[in-house]
Amino acid sequence: MSKTIRGKAYVLGDDIDTDQIIPAEYLYYSMTEPDERKQYARFANSGVPAGQRGLPDGNIPFVREGEFTSDYTVIVGGRNFGCGSSREHAPFALAEAGAKAVVAEFYARIFFRNCVNGGFLIPCETTQRLVEEVTTGDDVELDADACTLTNHTTGKTYELKPLGDVKPIIEAGGVFAYAKQAGML
Amino acid sequence: MARPMTITEKILAKHAGKADVKPGDNVWIDVDVLMTHDVCGPGTIGIFKREFGEDAKVWDPDRVVIIPDHYIFTADDKCHRNIQILRDFVTRQGIRYYYDPDFVNANEGSGMPSPYRDPTKTNYKGVCHKALPEEGHLRPGEVLLGTDSHTCTAGAFGQFATGVGNTDAAFTLGTGKTWVKVPPTMKFVFHGEIPPYLTAKDLILAVIGQISVSGATYKSMYFTGEGIASLTLEDRMTLTNMAIEAGGKNGVCDVDDKTLNYVKARSTRPEWEVFTDDAGAAYDYEFEWDLGVMEPMVAKPHSPDNKATARACEDTKLDRAYVGSCTGGKITDMIMVAALLDGQQVKIPTFVVPGSTEVHADMLRMNIRGEDKKLGEKSIYETLEAAGCNIGPSSCAACLGGPKDTFGRLNEAINCISTTNRNFPGRMGDKNAGVFLASPLTVAASALTGHVTDPREFVSEPIVTGSAGLV
Repeated sequence: MSKTIRGKAYVLGDDIDTDQIIPAEYLYYSMTEPDERKQYARFANSGVPAGQRGLPDGNIPFVREGEFTSDYTVIVGGRNFGCGSSREHAPFALAEAGAKAVVAEFYARIFFRNCVNGGFLIPCETTQRLVEEVTTGDDVELDADACTLTNHTTGKTYELKPLGDVKPIIEAGGVFAYAKQAGML
Repeated sequence: MARPMTITEKILAKHAGKADVKPGDNVWIDVDVLMTHDVCGPGTIGIFKREFGEDAKVWDPDRVVIIPDHYIFTADDKCHRNIQILRDFVTRQGIRYYYDPDFVNANEGSGMPSPYRDPTKTNYKGVCHKALPEEGHLRPGEVLLGTDSHTCTAGAFGQFATGVGNTDAAFTLGTGKTWVKVPPTMKFVFHGEIPPYLTAKDLILAVIGQISVSGATYKSMYFTGEGIASLTLEDRMTLTNMAIEAGGKNGVCDVDDKTLNYVKARSTRPEWEVFTDDAGAAYDYEFEWDLGVMEPMVAKPHSPDNKATARACEDTKLDRAYVGSCTGGKITDMIMVAALLDGQQVKIPTFVVPGSTEVHADMLRMNIRGEDKKLGEKSIYETLEAAGCNIGPSSCAACLGGPKDTFGRLNEAINCISTTNRNFPGRMGDKNAGVFLASPLTVAASALTGHVTDPREFVSEPIVTGSAGLV
């Protein structure tokens, strides 16, 4: 796990469910065939209603029409990020598009687990609401060891909750790598 | 003496090989059954092969259950390809509990499959959460994992059941194990008997409306009291099905004769263990409800916790009604809808999708009192057809939108009242469509009027469901 992640922030609201992160109509794409898996990147966050895409202004696509890579590295969410369907395609799609981490107030548990076990994204919990503190496009830096998020655009630094029990799995790169290191596999 | 524990704690302790566990403990547990379907199965199989090897064997082929149900009736080639991936895998692995949509041709360009002609003459079942109990894969005291968030439905049978992602499922596929953090338990006690105008859907919408879509995050939801005992086993499944809509890790009910009669008649294995909450077990939250004063509820767009009474929404005009899914596509749901629509005409397009081929067969076989129909009597199916309903073949269908050619999908920004479980933006198709979640009674009453309607205007006596769904 790299110690710090720096890039542009993409801000979403509360109760972003996995149907919004990757709509069900795209779930027939293979997650292994290269030509198909890039479709997950293309449609990442495409189910979020236009006005809620990239707060505070909205109407900012996470991935531009016809492209397969996002300009945004860190997703900032509110409460209950990733609720709803258990589809692992959701953190997979965000990661395929280039996102490295999510910071949110708290997560729906299956999404959190999928982020960790699949090694897709680092899911950090904030100690205060950041949805109104960060603007989509701000230059932010996550330090997972120090448990901080710095907004270089505004010069403010925010404390994050420690990763706790799941930190060794995140550091190993997922549950398979962790189990192999621990001699379970 | 072990500390007092809840049902969920006892099941997890047993599967972890420990005398007791407490909320917050991280434990590795043995899994009894792993279920997957056509949307998450191919991805799970891909990870399994990558991590364990092309020729690796699953941990126990008789504990893996594969139920294609999501994208069956679509012309999309990739959906057919995904079913073929499941077929190849179960053949190579010797997995016998596989329920093939045998009418789907996986050749490229094979088009929209013609549905099964006779629901009793296909290996295909339909919605996994309905097929699991029908085919004998649920038992009290067991641990079920499934690559679907509504796997929590099985908690109605007194077991621990929860949804997982592909990576988790692939890990279990190879090892038979998973890690879990033991959840604290929230206790919901319902007093009184279920009145004829309420169903478990009204109860769970009231609960989610009170605690919010994240109110049970990382927690177990335990539903108990004589109100729950008075529910049919199928209606308890509606309750536990929607535990995930409050963020719950699992939902669970007590085991009684209704549970045991069903399991004894169906289970593929002869043994199970019934757990109960110990006196003195600790709860994270307790709330009591009186069924005598509860009202028919809806969840308005765009969240399952956006609660209102049906009565308060009577001004809301509707464009469509939808009956189906793991939540509201069971035979007792169909009987409730048929009882209200019998001899009437729906005012808005009404789509009906049986939750399984068994439900479909029962709809053809039974009258609207849940008995074998006699000569000259209309079946449930005929009653719904005569009322103007558009009935499709069993599958998840429009509950989750799916491919554009999915039966009943909301392809425009219209208002739909639905017996399904989730109404976040875009869930049933168009991002701007408004989905109102409600009980089968409220959906049927609303189909008759064209606006959100309290079913008390239509239900005066208990709706008899006969032997439907009992064993």
